[in-house]
Amino acid sequence: MSIFTMPSLGADMEEGKLVQWLVKSGDRVSKGDIVAVVETQKGAIEIEIFEAGVIGALLAEPGQTLPVGAPLARLGAADDAEIVAAQVAAEVAEPAAPAPVPKPPAEPVVPAAGIPFPAATAGGTVLASPAARASAAERGIALEAVVGSGPGGAILLSDVERHVPAPLPPVAELAPEVRPKGKPGLDMTEMRRAIAAAMSRSKREIPHYYLSHDIDLQTAQDWLTAINATRTPDRRLLMGALLIGAVVRALVKVPELNGRFEAEPFAASASIHCGLAVAMRGGGLIAPAILEAQSKDPDEIMAAMRDLVARTRSGRLRNSEITHGTITISSLGENGVDALIGVIYPPQVALVGFGAPRVRPMVHDGTIQPRLAVTVSLAADHRVSDGRRGALFLAEIDRLLQEPAIP
Amino acid sequence: MTPTELRAAFIADLTAVAPDLDPAAIGDNDNLQEDLGLDSMDFLNLVSALHKRFGLPIPEADYPRLATTALAVSYLDQALGE
Repeated sequence: MSIFTMPSLGADMEEGKLVQWLVKSGDRVSKGDIVAVVETQKGAIEIEIFEAGVIGALLAEPGQTLPVGAPLARLGAADDAEIVAAQVAAEVAEPAAPAPVPKPPAEPVVPAAGIPFPAATAGGTVLASPAARASAAERGIALEAVVGSGPGGAILLSDVERHVPAPLPPVAELAPEVRPKGKPGLDMTEMRRAIAAAMSRSKREIPHYYLSHDIDLQTAQDWLTAINATRTPDRRLLMGALLIGAVVRALVKVPELNGRFEAEPFAASASIHCGLAVAMRGGGLIAPAILEAQSKDPDEIMAAMRDLVARTRSGRLRNSEITHGTITISSLGENGVDALIGVIYPPQVALVGFGAPRVRPMVHDGTIQPRLAVTVSLAADHRVSDGRRGALFLAEIDRLLQEPAIP
Repeated sequence: MTPTELRAAFIADLTAVAPDLDPAAIGDNDNLQEDLGLDSMDFLNLVSALHKRFGLPIPEADYPRLATTALAVSYLDQALGE
């Protein structure tokens, strides 16, 4: 049996508001099923479950704002379901009775001596019953501050109830008056704060180096025009899909630009989850990822892009899409300026920036001609790669864009 | 369809693509990309919606004729009349 908790949807996220349950107690779930909707500073996010099993008791109510790690539901193996329900019923009926404590972890815990002692920690987390966690989360009490009276110093529900910290106004209640109006489900102040936190961390921790290169896009544009002339609008491709496709394929040659630097030494990711910085109408941006982009052709990338942009704007992304990105592409679109030099989205190690494609004088076949061109830039983490490899990567993007094709 | 009906249909598809636009605030001569902030994906979604509604092919070469609401209404009127 395990506890399904409020997931972290980025290093900068501290809490989320449970908006809706999409499952109920007793439902059987598979890994990857969407079980709940949580509202964060990135908008409403669909939360996937990362383990198969049977949903036990739901420990949080829609409308509750809970810190990352707070229990949302119990998840049992099929056989556990009834036991789980019974345990929860007992806790609810008799709140003063000692709550059932989860089995101690594998490592031995100091035995209880009958006197209260500071909360024991196991594997870095405070040992506490699920009900105690839920109650503490709900009241905004840090478990570290509570003295446990259960086995091994575990915190029980009654301990949390005895603990009376200075009352703080719950965030959820403050929200409506304090926060400025924006898009429904999207808090612009919070989004700016999230962008500020991620970008400050990036500039503080990542030694960036930058490269840029001008690419002649006329061949790709001519190919696109010919393809799109044979297609109805719903099947047409945008230049953006070709640019993303070229970046993804170029990563095969320079794989160390793709991954998440979460532990030393850096290990490149085999999967390419290609984040796209999507500007929100009205301000702010989110960078959800096209998952497993390495296996997609231009049509599939176009379809994924369409879907992702639509869901970003309507506020229905999935947590895997906003937490698994291994590289980010930021593009100014056709009405922007010539170049974009980006800031890496940590813990990624590279960001590719495309300026606005524009007709420019380019040397082609030995003469100066008006050609569609774009400036591509790379911001990369110098702890992981060097300029020489970065240059190879940009040159490979250029080469691939001279040979557009649908395999 | 009268030009008024065409305009209403166009505005309906436009605001479906960009739900934050206020239908009453869209000027006939507002440029969809420069004034109303549509990007290439929004514009393609709009063209797809118009294609679905009217059954017109709307080739890429005609995109400039959809740059504003006024231009689009006369383009649709003419294309449907052919």
